[in-house]
Amino acid sequence: MSDADFDTIRKLQAERNAASAGKKGSKTFDPSQQRTDVSTKASLTESFDTTLYERESSDKFAGYNTSIAVADGDDDEEEEDTSRRLVGQYTASREQMNEFSHGNGVEEEDILLGREKSARISDRETDYQKRRHDRVLTPTRVDPFAANRQDGAAEDGESYRDVMARRELEREEERVRKAIEEKTANGEVVHHKANLADEGSASPNGEESKESESKEVATAGRKRKQRWDVGTESDKPTTEASEAKTKRSRWDQTPAIGGVAVDETPRRRSRWDQAPAATPMGNQGLVTPMHPSQMGGPIMPTAFGTDISMRNAPLSDEELDMMLPTEGYKILDPPPGYAPIRAIAQKMMATPAPAGGASGFGGFMMQDPESGRALGKQLPTEIPGVGDLQFFKAEDMAYFGKLTDGSDENSMSVEELKERKIMRLLLKVKNGTPPMRKTALRQLTDNARQFGASPLFNQILPLLMEKTLEDQERHLLVKVIDRVLYKLDELVRPYVHKILVVIEPLLIDQDYYARVEGREIISNLSKAAGLAHMISTMRPDIDHVDEYVRNTTARAFAVVASALGIPALLPFLRAVCRSKKSWQARHTGVKIVQQIPILMGCAVLPHLKGLVDCIGGNLNDDQTKVRTVTSLAIAALAEAANPYGIESFDEILNPLWSGARKQRGKGLAGFLKAVGYIIPLMDEEYANYYTSQIMEILLREFSSPDEEMKKVVLKVVSQCAGTDGVTAGYLKEHVLDEFFKSFWVRRMALDKRNYRQVVETTVDIGQKVGVGEIVERIVNNLKDESEAYRKMTVETVEKVIASLGAASISERLETRLIDGILHSFQEQSVEEIVMLNGFGTVVNALGTRCKDYLPQIVSTILWRLNNKSATVRQQAADLISRIAMVMKQCGEDALMGKLGIVLYEYLGEEYPEVLGSILGALRSIVTVVGISQMQPPIKDLLPRLTPILRNRHEKVQENTIDLVGRIADRGPESVNAREWMRICFELLDMLKAHKKGIRRAANNTFGFIAKAIGPQDVLATLLNNLRVQERQSRVCTAVAIGIVAETCAPFTVLPALMNEYRVPELNVQNGVLKSLSFLFEYIGEMAKDYVYAVTPLLEDALIDRDQVHRQTAASVVKHVALGVVGLGCEDAMLHLLNLLYPNLFETSPHVIDRIIEAIDAIRMAVGPGLTMNYVWAGLFHPARKVRQPYWRLYNDCYVQSADAIVPYYPNLDDEKMDRPELAIVI
Amino acid sequence: MADKLRAQQQLEQLQARYVGTGHADTTKFEWSSNIQRDSYASYVGHPPLLSYMAIGMGECREKVRGQMIEKMVQPVGKPPEVQD
Repeated sequence: MSDADFDTIRKLQAERNAASAGKKGSKTFDPSQQRTDVSTKASLTESFDTTLYERESSDKFAGYNTSIAVADGDDDEEEEDTSRRLVGQYTASREQMNEFSHGNGVEEEDILLGREKSARISDRETDYQKRRHDRVLTPTRVDPFAANRQDGAAEDGESYRDVMARRELEREEERVRKAIEEKTANGEVVHHKANLADEGSASPNGEESKESESKEVATAGRKRKQRWDVGTESDKPTTEASEAKTKRSRWDQTPAIGGVAVDETPRRRSRWDQAPAATPMGNQGLVTPMHPSQMGGPIMPTAFGTDISMRNAPLSDEELDMMLPTEGYKILDPPPGYAPIRAIAQKMMATPAPAGGASGFGGFMMQDPESGRALGKQLPTEIPGVGDLQFFKAEDMAYFGKLTDGSDENSMSVEELKERKIMRLLLKVKNGTPPMRKTALRQLTDNARQFGASPLFNQILPLLMEKTLEDQERHLLVKVIDRVLYKLDELVRPYVHKILVVIEPLLIDQDYYARVEGREIISNLSKAAGLAHMISTMRPDIDHVDEYVRNTTARAFAVVASALGIPALLPFLRAVCRSKKSWQARHTGVKIVQQIPILMGCAVLPHLKGLVDCIGGNLNDDQTKVRTVTSLAIAALAEAANPYGIESFDEILNPLWSGARKQRGKGLAGFLKAVGYIIPLMDEEYANYYTSQIMEILLREFSSPDEEMKKVVLKVVSQCAGTDGVTAGYLKEHVLDEFFKSFWVRRMALDKRNYRQVVETTVDIGQKVGVGEIVERIVNNLKDESEAYRKMTVETVEKVIASLGAASISERLETRLIDGILHSFQEQSVEEIVMLNGFGTVVNALGTRCKDYLPQIVSTILWRLNNKSATVRQQAADLISRIAMVMKQCGEDALMGKLGIVLYEYLGEEYPEVLGSILGALRSIVTVVGISQMQPPIKDLLPRLTPILRNRHEKVQENTIDLVGRIADRGPESVNAREWMRICFELLDMLKAHKKGIRRAANNTFGFIAKAIGPQDVLATLLNNLRVQERQSRVCTAVAIGIVAETCAPFTVLPALMNEYRVPELNVQNGVLKSLSFLFEYIGEMAKDYVYAVTPLLEDALIDRDQVHRQTAASVVKHVALGVVGLGCEDAMLHLLNLLYPNLFETSPHVIDRIIEAIDAIRMAVGPGLTMNYVWAGLFHPARKVRQPYWRLYNDCYVQSADAIVPYYPNLDDEKMDRPELAIVI
Repeated sequence: MADKLRAQQQLEQLQARYVGTGHADTTKFEWSSNIQRDSYASYVGHPPLLSYMAIGMGECREKVRGQMIEKMVQPVGKPPEVQD
């Protein structure tokens, strides 16, 4: 770049700096601190001696606006009007423009709202997942395998035959319904408009409510016919209605309530002129019908302020107290025998408040914040016998309302008491504080068998079906089930299906942990219930009419297979996959086989043959769906088996092959996928042959518009390209042209998933055909107008070059590549890490070949460093650190000097992220050019860094300390001692940093500085720092002292340190001991010269009253002892051992651990014989308290040096303990 | 409580790995058996020591070795009768 260019940038930079210096409210630090060299004049208001007086307070204009903006708001934001129009433009107001940047549907919603919503599981479910609400808890099943079956104990419940019959009926209904629908669609059946009566008795809301109603009644096992031409069976449900129900979520319906039957929610009458015959009179106006479990409990408000019936509620005692004067009145005791009527429901709904806002004619009601009745009383925070809960939701009332009815527990039966007990425990688990949850969970687990399976599951399972359930609650309840399962063991059998109904949806949850949790439960469940029972329970769901049920059942079956072993399930699977009766069963069977490898990975290998045989026949099924899922299952099996197991697929290769030729559309995609996964398993020649065969089809499908097909084709291409048998020549000749023509188009870059697939596949092909071939074809895209497309190209280039290098890139291509990369780098509208990585990788791969382009690159960087946008500046600085190495290789030292100067000017940067990057860039320049050649000179640079050390941002801290440390290490002489001392002071603060890397770097820097300017001053600073309150700071200071001692030899440090121990202050003494501990740890064997010097100090410390003191002293002893092993200091060590030994009976874990460690270390130094002499005495002491620590010592010694103590075992006076062999003397 | 539990578990682990380690309830019999076994194992495990002892005892080395290994079965006699 030319000097003129450079000067321009410098000029712009100066302007920018001046501007930012004038701007108030800078985000980081005051520029006046850093820009000492900007002004050459002395300020009259500023103190000269800056070492004594800080400058911070000098700016008397701080906090004032120094300039008045013309318009409100950021003037940066406004584009200046460059057009030549004379008349002002009328534009929309800011509010109008921003209207759509907030609110529903936009990413940035109200944060609080978003969080509250996301906690609820049902809010983030897809429509498909929501179908779980359609499922119902089926009746309890019989346990045909129960041990006491002969006694007829488990007779109540649905048998396998009942269930199968019911499923059969459902299928038949579905068929009839379909047939009728079809006819209707074809116009064969003309429905006459139903008459009034019919309309009234059926649902007036049309299709939707009809659907919801039918869902509801499905509880009873069959859907009620809503059609005039099908017989109704409305009287049936009453008997079986004891099951929980789920309903479609509609705002005007009662939330589904488990456990007990609910009357149908009266629906809003949509027509004023209809006779209200359909809805029972009693419930007429009430939005929320009374729920049996709620009776006697308080009523739930549907919404605050909408429920007028509150007005008619009886007055509470407090209200009466407020209304009536306190004097002259007396509160009478109720007459004997009077019992207030608690159950409001029994009053026949006597006061039908005109239905609230929900019904449409209640009018607007102001919510009265004063009325405690409307708020507080409805939702108790404390349930009797439970204690304070974390929260209590409105929905919880339906399940736990019973606990608040205040009935007398003495008059209840055992069963009722049990139920309440479980209810309480569950509530504690679900809503309680962590310690409450823990105890409640333990109680539930311990008493699970006493409670019995049915009371437990009858309460837990409906809770899990609740719509408003949140993640946390679900997790806790699932945990309860898990624990209880473990205890109940085979008693769960009758409930297996119910549990599956609530747990299976977890298997298709988006949350990974939910899926894992679901798997765990089902696996435990199958272990508890046994294979036979699991099969008989899930068998009816295999050909269920609902696809959702079949899908989840297949996944659950795969979990069962992984829990109980594939071989156990294989016979069943074989039978299912060959089912003649229904294709759904075959489909589900194959799906199970597909899920097994997905779940178990390579663990399917031993059973691969069996699994493939099981589904092999289904490749020729007459149902397309079955064929497709079979090919997908084979793909999954082959993927899991990779690279083994091709022999298991031998049988199906032929059908797969002919299938792939015959199929079209979606079916073909599956077959191609299967082939794509099998080819990598083959050996070379076969792979080659099959690839060339399949390639025809692939090439044909390259142009398929189907997204799914595209993905499959890409996957297969990359699989094929990766196999050994496929040569580069073949790919170049047959594939590349077509591939680039159909997939390297702008459209592919727009969809995230396609984008990734194309990049991956291109990189995979690149591994075979080489960098040059790929880059040549895509390099022109770097100048494309679509940004996403450019990004895709850069990412591909980066990946290809990173893995294969740039050797095969020709000179011509090199120019185009750099040119393109530069172009796309400059043109990016959003700064992306992809661009940065791409640029860095390309430059580094080209190395010295970049020399010609460097001036251009540097000029781009310089311009971008001067950009208004912070992210652009940051990216430019980051790029410098990536390419500094290459610049050095190219010998562009002058350019680097220029960059250094510009970066130096930018140290006033206000965004910490950017400042961090700038410091990083400076550091990488210093690293490559060396201290002496650095531009600007170090003596200018370092003083500017000192104030930046004070910055609290982690990225800034890390980069500064790194830079300062490097300078201190390599060229300390370029700065005077005063400056280093100042840095030392700043570094002390760094010792408090949260990030370990920063603390470590700070400590090391202390070492470098001490080496540079001598330890005395640094040590004095550090010793002073031992007096501070903060523990972490003291610890780090101690470490720093240790490091200083290590770098400057211990004798320079020890005298001062030991002198400091005389300060009669606990913190200081402890700090000294700690420093000694680190010191001896670092100096190792050097310790032998200082042992006798520190022994008196340690003597004193080891007999101190303070526990911590002795503990720290013990750790010093440990490090000293380990340092002097075998160096002839045994006498001192033995002396210290004598002082240590009495501490053996400390109970605090920290103290005792340090003491034991110290004794162990001394054992290393003086040998086990001597140390064990102390131990023998206490091994069989009458007091257990004595024996325990002695045995601990013995065990430690035994583990570490069992062989060495053999000669030292004591001579016991028992004649059997004689060891005559040791007395042999020749 | 949790600490005690953990200490207990650690001890069990240690014991599973090293038979010769003990605890506060180890009897003298167990301990002395372990000492004897360890001693024999050590003699057998150091060939020079074994040769030395064999010469001293006037026996062949392998014989001494066999004897020592055999002595490791109940090295201090039968376990004491358990009284309840």
